[in-house]
Amino acid sequence: MSTTAQEASPGADEALQAHFDARIAANRRIEPRDWMPEAYRRTLVRQVSQHAHSEIIGMQPEGDWIASAPSLRRKAILLAKVQDEAGHGLYLYAAAETLGVDRADLTERLIEGRQKYSSIFNYPSLGYADVGVIGWLVDGAAICNQVPLCRTSYGPYARAMVRICKEESFHQRQGYELLMRMMEGTEGQRAMVQDAVDRWWWPSLMMFGPPDADSPNTRRSMDWGIKIDTNDELRQKFVDMTVPQAEKLGVTLPDPELSWNDERGHYDFGTPDWDELKRVISGDGPKNAERVARRRAAHEKGAWVREAATAYAAKRRNTEEVTV
Amino acid sequence: MSGDNIFTGLVEEHDGDARWAFGTGFTEALAGVDTTLPEGVDGPALAEYCQMLGDDALVQAQRLVHWVTDAPELEEEVALANIALDLLGQARLLLARAGQADGTGRDEDAFAYRRDASEFRNVRLTEAPRGDFARCIVTLLVLSSWRLALFTRLAHSVDPVLAAIAAKGVNELAYHREYAVSWALRLGDGTPYSHERMSAAVADVWPLTGELFAAHPVETSLAGLGAGVDPASVREEVREVLDQVLTAATLDTPGAFPDGEVSGREGRHTDELAPLVEELQRVAREHPEATW
Repeated sequence: MSTTAQEASPGADEALQAHFDARIAANRRIEPRDWMPEAYRRTLVRQVSQHAHSEIIGMQPEGDWIASAPSLRRKAILLAKVQDEAGHGLYLYAAAETLGVDRADLTERLIEGRQKYSSIFNYPSLGYADVGVIGWLVDGAAICNQVPLCRTSYGPYARAMVRICKEESFHQRQGYELLMRMMEGTEGQRAMVQDAVDRWWWPSLMMFGPPDADSPNTRRSMDWGIKIDTNDELRQKFVDMTVPQAEKLGVTLPDPELSWNDERGHYDFGTPDWDELKRVISGDGPKNAERVARRRAAHEKGAWVREAATAYAAKRRNTEEVTV
Repeated sequence: MSGDNIFTGLVEEHDGDARWAFGTGFTEALAGVDTTLPEGVDGPALAEYCQMLGDDALVQAQRLVHWVTDAPELEEEVALANIALDLLGQARLLLARAGQADGTGRDEDAFAYRRDASEFRNVRLTEAPRGDFARCIVTLLVLSSWRLALFTRLAHSVDPVLAAIAAKGVNELAYHREYAVSWALRLGDGTPYSHERMSAAVADVWPLTGELFAAHPVETSLAGLGAGVDPASVREEVREVLDQVLTAATLDTPGAFPDGEVSGREGRHTDELAPLVEELQRVAREHPEATW
C-alpha cells in the first residue's frame, strides 16, 4: 500500500488520519515511515531539536568546571557526565533526522538563535557546588520531564529517551553525592551549597515550562501522546520528590510558602517568577548571548576541519570508484 | 531500577557504578590490589617513575578537556573527552601507585593538587599550548604512538601494579592512536588549507619530540631491573609509525627525531605549565580544608 497512491485518491487524508489516530489511541508507536499529520511532525521536530540543543548548550555551565575540579575523581565524574550530554545531543539529533530534518540545519538554527533550548542553561554556574546542584536539581527536573517521554508516541524519540534516562540517573546521583560530601565538609562548603540551591531552585521549577493555563500547546501534544503529563503535574511531582531529599541533605529550599498539604497529599509551593522565565526564554537571561556565541565560535572555527573531512571522503569515494 | 523510580531511588544505596565510566565509582583506585614492591626495586625511584608517566597523562588530559564544548563536531567532543577520561584514569592509578611506592601513603590528589608546577615530571610536549585542531591531532598522534610503545613493554614490568596499569592502558592508547591517525589522514589529505595547517602543526610539534626519547636516570635504572622502560628503546618504532602515518597523510616526514635532553622529567618546564597547574589546582587550593 503506497502512500503516494493513497494521497492521490479522494478521502485518502481522512483514511490516513484515522489510521494515525487509531494507533495513538491504542498507545502504539509512530515510526518514521508511518504517515503522520504535518503538525505532529512539526511539533516533534521542534521538541526533539530543542531537547538536543539543550543537551549541547547544557554542557557549558558544568563544562567550565572540568579543568578546575577539586579532585581527580570529581574531574573524571564531571568529564564523563559532560561527555554523556554530548552523546545525548547526538542521539536526539539522530531522532530528529528521522523526521526529515538535517542536523547541520538544526545546528545553524541553534547558533543563529532561531531555535530555543532549555532556559535553565542561561544561568551562570558560579562555584563547584553548582556542579552538584545542577546534577541534583536540574538533572532531577530533567529526569521528571524525561521518564514519561520514554513512553512518548514517536518511536525514535522514545527509544532515545530510554538510553538517556539511564545515564541521567547517574548524573543526578553524582550531583547529590557531591552535595552530601560538601555538607559533611567545612562551614564554607555548606554555605556554598546553600547559596547554589538558592540560585538554582526557582529556575529548576521553571524547567517544566509555563503553568498549564498559559501552555496552549500542551493539550494537543497530550492528545498526540507526545506529552504524557502537564507542566504543572510534573512540577508538583518534582517538588514532592525533592523536599525530602533537601531535608536529608540539610539545605533549605528558598520558598517560604513551601509546606505539606495533608488534604492534597502534596507540597504547596510558591509561584515562580514567570516574567523572569519569559525574559530568559526570549533571550534576555544572564548568559544567553554567551552560550550561543560559544557554540557558534566552535562551529565556525571548526569549519575548515569539516571541509577537510568532506574533501577526504570524496577523494576516497573517487579512488574506490576507479579501483573497483 | 524501574523508570519512574530513578529519582526516588536517589538516597538509596547503589552498586551500579561500573556501568557508567571507569573511575567514577566510590572506591579507591587501587583498592584490593597487592601493592608489595618487587624485590630489588627502590621504592622512591619507582614512585618518581610513576609520577613521570602519571604526570604525562594528567597534563595531557588537562589540555584535552578544553576541547569539550569547543571542537569542530560533537563527535570529536565525545572522542576527545573519552581520550581525556582514559588518560585521567591512567594518571590516577599511577599517582596512587607513586604514593604507595615512596612509603608516604599520599593519594592521587596529594600529587595532583599539592605539588607546584616545578615538581611535575611530565615531558614538555604534554604541556605545549593547545593550538588548533591540527595541532591537537599531531600532538595526540605523537604522544599516543610513544606512550603505546612504552606501555606495550611496560605491560611486562616486574612490578605487577605497573604491569596491570600498562596492560589496561594499551587498549586505550591503541584507540587514541587510531583516532589521531584517522584525523591525520583527513586533514593531511583533505583540502589544501587543512594540509597547510597539518604541516604547520608537525613543524611546531617536532622540536619537542626529542625529549620523549631522552632517558632520565630513574628510567634507565628501572629499565635495567625490568620494572620500567628506557624511552630510547622505542625511538625507532615510534619513528616508523609516524613516518608511515605522515606519508599516508601526504605530509612531508621531518625525518629523524631531533636530539633531546631530559627536561620536564627533571622539573624544567616551559612557561606554559604553571598556568595549567594553577587552573588544575585552583578550587582545591581555595578550600584547603574541604572534602570533595
